[in-house]
This record gives sequence, structure tokens and C-alpha cells, in this order.
Amino acid sequence: MSEGTLYDKVWEEHTVSELPTGQTQLFCGLHLIHEVTSPQAFGMLQERDLEVAYPERTHATVDHIVPTSDQSRPFRDDAAEEMMSELEQNVRDAGINFSDPTSGDQGIVHVIGPEQGLTQPGMTIVCGDSHTSTHGAFGALAFGIGTSQIRDVLATQTVAMEKKKVRKIEVTGELGPGVEAKDVVLEIIRRLGTEGGVGYVYEYAGEAIENLDMEGRMSICNMSIEGGARAGYVNPDETTYEWLKQTDYFQDNPEKFDELKPYWESIRSDEDAEYDDVVTIDGSELEPVVTWGTTPGQGVGITQPIPAPEDLPEEKQDTARMAQEHMGVEPGETMQGYEIDVAFLGSCTNARMPDLRRAAEVVKGRQVADSVRAMVVPGSQRVKAAAEAEGLDQVFEDAGFEWREAGCSMCLGMNEDQLEGDEASASSSNRNFIGRQGSKDGRTVLMNPRMVAAAAITGEVTDVRELKEVTTA
Amino acid sequence: MTDEIPEIDSASGSGVPIRGNDIDTDQIIPARFMKVVTFDGLGEFAFFDQRYDEHDEPKDHPMNEAHFQDASIMVVNANFGCGSSREHAPQALMRWGIDAIVGESFAEIFAGNCLALGIPTVTADHETIVELQEWVDENPDGDIDVDVGNETVTYGETTVDVTVDDAQRKALTEGVWDTTALMKSNADAVAEKAQSLPYVDD
Repeated sequence: MSEGTLYDKVWEEHTVSELPTGQTQLFCGLHLIHEVTSPQAFGMLQERDLEVAYPERTHATVDHIVPTSDQSRPFRDDAAEEMMSELEQNVRDAGINFSDPTSGDQGIVHVIGPEQGLTQPGMTIVCGDSHTSTHGAFGALAFGIGTSQIRDVLATQTVAMEKKKVRKIEVTGELGPGVEAKDVVLEIIRRLGTEGGVGYVYEYAGEAIENLDMEGRMSICNMSIEGGARAGYVNPDETTYEWLKQTDYFQDNPEKFDELKPYWESIRSDEDAEYDDVVTIDGSELEPVVTWGTTPGQGVGITQPIPAPEDLPEEKQDTARMAQEHMGVEPGETMQGYEIDVAFLGSCTNARMPDLRRAAEVVKGRQVADSVRAMVVPGSQRVKAAAEAEGLDQVFEDAGFEWREAGCSMCLGMNEDQLEGDEASASSSNRNFIGRQGSKDGRTVLMNPRMVAAAAITGEVTDVRELKEVTTA
Repeated sequence: MTDEIPEIDSASGSGVPIRGNDIDTDQIIPARFMKVVTFDGLGEFAFFDQRYDEHDEPKDHPMNEAHFQDASIMVVNANFGCGSSREHAPQALMRWGIDAIVGESFAEIFAGNCLALGIPTVTADHETIVELQEWVDENPDGDIDVDVGNETVTYGETTVDVTVDDAQRKALTEGVWDTTALMKSNADAVAEKAQSLPYVDD
């Protein structure tokens, strides 16, 4: 078993009791809720005549079903309006803070938590959403839970969990030009598999990780779950503290920063910490990674050939065959030149300011291909406002992108933003599952935000590094 | 609340095989069916896009076959339930009629969600699962008995060993799988813990 890791320390710090099942009852420092997975939990609470125990430790927003075109109320979609109304009622009754669309603070739950300083190192954070692992970027222990567990958290501010093993994933070296955090995590999932992380929490470490900004670290922790790991984290450091300083919470309570810093330092994994497993990846060898299949583990370097199913481990072969048939790709070829119909720049993985800035650099002065429907969906209202202040909206719109309101949007197709028929999308999101983007015949190619921008311009999967060479030539 | 939580030592009934690795929760319940504020009625949408074409006409799928309509034991392959944490997925399967799932492996959040509903998720190796799936195809009315406490699955004349996660086995067989009341009873310790945390304001 691991010893002296951040995971061990934060787990210990939050342990309330050992349950008869052998599980640990863990205190939840922050509970985030959204409109899709929480209403049933409030319903269960009512059935049992229970109240929300610690409403001040829960924070709500609306992201999955909000339209990203016209957000005026009532929403055009009756079902979406009903979910929104239900959430409003629940948070009002319980006295829970709500970053709603009129506040200017609304956005994807995993974007707004860090933005407002709700997410802090050494916290336990839960949310009825598998991408809660995102918050691990701050050295928090953050994991997705189901609706029955949301009921537990609302009623008790605790969850029942089993302790996991810790795998350290060390990414050494310096990332090459055009290679981003997204490529690192797609490569990790490609190597370790979509179920390689089951039973583990991932600690991301090494020079390449330490050199990332907070947004990059969030992109990596975000997709831990795609590798089967329920949580992933990065030890807090000066980069983390600089981010925290400019959040609402520490702007409003500057004394808290100095007060809490010793705690944050104390929960960092010890130099001599013991891990259950260690994996090392040479970051300097990576190139932009794109997916060719229908699981996030089916990725390939942009200049590398799509693997033949028979060259993969036996248990992966059937899935690979079905995926290649669905996607219409041929083994032996690269993904370059794969025609796309939609370019989606958004999601809790890649819709923060640096993501939009980098994509805008690629887009500037160019035009979206005639055959492509391209959209930018900022991760939050604050990201949107900050981008507009820098004129990024104009850059995208001049190029032919739609500039949308904040929400989950086409990452999961719960609002009006969906693929149609067998459209192919270049997407900065996290899942290429069949049907994920709203059409069961739709085809999703996951990639980093600059690669999405490049694909939007050329109408096909493109190595953004070459696009750059063309313009500078 | 004084609701009695049932002890679940076993589940039995006929089976339905769902083949394939990495079956994600978007397949089990597509997102468009989650625009609801209760779990009621989700059963008919389980695996909807695998079961129906764009005109809502039934396709070839085990859950559309007449002889599997009464099935209560689902037999699946590896990494079943990966992806989204949506409890809508096991809720949909439960409401379709599933009481237990036997598979090669399960995604963690999915297995946890099943446990919260009292649905055992038991595992066995690839060969054992493939044999069981074939047996179910040949014996759609045959009973499968999932013995959680003894970690066995019995079908026809065959009994095989399976694995049930320790905490899951205890929770189910001792009737402590619904954790709300159990954890609520520790309210004082929870308050004490909250007080002790450096980031919790007094």
C-alpha cells in the first residue's frame, strides 16, 4: 500500500469513521451539484424527511442542459426548463449558493469551482459528475459520485468509499512545440488503457507536468476517469498558489492564504513516498495525439499509422474492429486528412482561457472551411467575458466560428448542440463514445484545442505544426 | 427514518447476454433521456440506441428478443459501465428488470452506483463469462443463481467461482448497502471532523 502520498494524507485528514462494510466514511470539503444528477437526490432526501446537513459546503451551477445560443427564460426546451426550475427550487429551499446564468458566474461545474477559489488543495471534493477528477489539478482529492451518493453527501456531508492504490505517472522532459496537456493525457490513456486505472488514483508528476499551467493540469486530471482512475491529482506548488491568490475566495479573505499555505505544503507527497505503481513517460517524445476510434484509449500520434486490430492485445481487437468500421478509418494510414463536418472547441477538458487563446492564434487571419460548422463554447461566463475583453470572440467570429454562451454543449449533446447523422467532429472534449455528441452515427475525433482550430480551417484532421510552417514560410 | 434495508444474499433468474468490452454509460442510457427529474420510466430507454434505429424500429439486440424479456441477470464483458457517472445507467437497467450483473470487470463508479441500488456486480475471468453467455443463449429460460455470500454463480449443472468485492459483499449480505442512515448516525463525529479541518471556517 502507498504511504506518504498526497492521497494518503488527505484521505487520513478526512476520515470520519470505518464503516461495518470496511469502507471509510470520508468528510467532503466541497460538494458541487448540477441540474442533471442532483434532482433525484433531493427527491430521495424529501422521501426520507432529511435536510441538507451542510448547505454552505455545497455549491450549484447549471451546465449540462443550458442552451448555448439563447439563454433567456423560459428555455425553449421544456425539459431543460423543468430541470432548471427544479434546481432553482432545490437550492432556494436548502440555502445553497448557486452560480446561475444571471450571476455572470455560471459555467461548467469543473470550470467555475477553480475560478472562484472553491477548489483548494488538500480538500476532498465530490460531484455527481465523472469529470470531478479535474479539481485534482489543485492537489485536491476529487472524484465523481452517483446520485445515491449525492443523497448521502447532502444528508451527511460524507461519502462511503474504499481506499484505492496510488500510481505515480511521471512525465519527464519538455513537451515539444504544438504538444499540449491534452496530448499527454491521451497518450497516458492509450498506453495504460481505458480500464488500466481501475482501483487506482493517479498522481501526475515530473518535469512536463510541473511546467504546465493550472489549466493544463486540469485538462490532464479531467481525463483520469477516461483511463479508469476515479481521481487524479498534481501536488500543489507555486503555480497552484499563484492561481489561488487571484480567485474570489482569497481576494476576499487574503489572510486565509497565509493561514492555509502550511497545510497545503504539508499534504504534498513526501520525497520518499511509497507508491503501488510507477509509470514513466518521456514527454519529449510526444506529438499531438488524436483518436481514431470510439474510446479515448484508441489514440495515435498524428504522424503515426492507425493500428491494425490484430496487432493489438487480444481483448482490444473486437472493440478496435467495430470502432474502425464505425469511424470509417483504415489501419496503416494516419488520421491526417480525415474529413470533418464540425469543429467543437469547448468542454470541461479544454474551454479555459489559455485553450481559447492558443486556438485563436491558429485561427487568426484564416477562414473556417466551407464544409465545416465550427463553434466555440467557453467553459464559463467569466471565461467568455475575459476572452471578449481580449477580442478573441472577434478573431473566432471573423474566421467563421460561432461564439456561444457557456455550458457543456456538444460534449454530450444534452442541449441543442448535437451532431447530425454521421457527421464527423474534431472535438476538444473528452469522450468519443458512439452517440456521445448526440447522434448515434456521429463520429468524434478527440484532439487538443489548436488541433481543433487547424481542422476547422482545413476541413480535415491536420497536424497543426505543419499548418504553422505554411504560414511562416 | 427507520426503513429496513434488505439483506441481499443472492439474486436469481434467467439471463441476458450483453457482449462487448468498454460498454459505456452513454450506451446504457443516452444523454437525451436524462432530461428528467426522476428515475421513473428510464427502463424502456436502456440501451435505446442499440435497440432501435432512427425510426424507433427495433434492431437485433438481446433485450429486444422475446425470450429475454423476463431476464434479471445480465452477463457482460470487460470494463462495463465506463464513462459518465450517471446513476441513470444502473437505474435504467434495474427498471428494465435487472437484479444482478455478472461480468469480466466493471468501471468503479458504475459498480458503486449498482451497490447503492442493491444490485450485485460480480466478476469472473473471460472464459467463464463467455461460457455463461453461450449457455444463456442456449437456455434463455434457464435460471442463474448469483450467490453473493459464497461468491458462486450456478447455472444448469454448473457452479463457478466468482469474485465479489469485499465491501460490496459485506454491504449486501449484511444489509448495510444504503449508507445514508448509517453515516447520519455519526453526525457528531462528522461535526467534529469539520471543526478540525484547517479550511473549514468556524
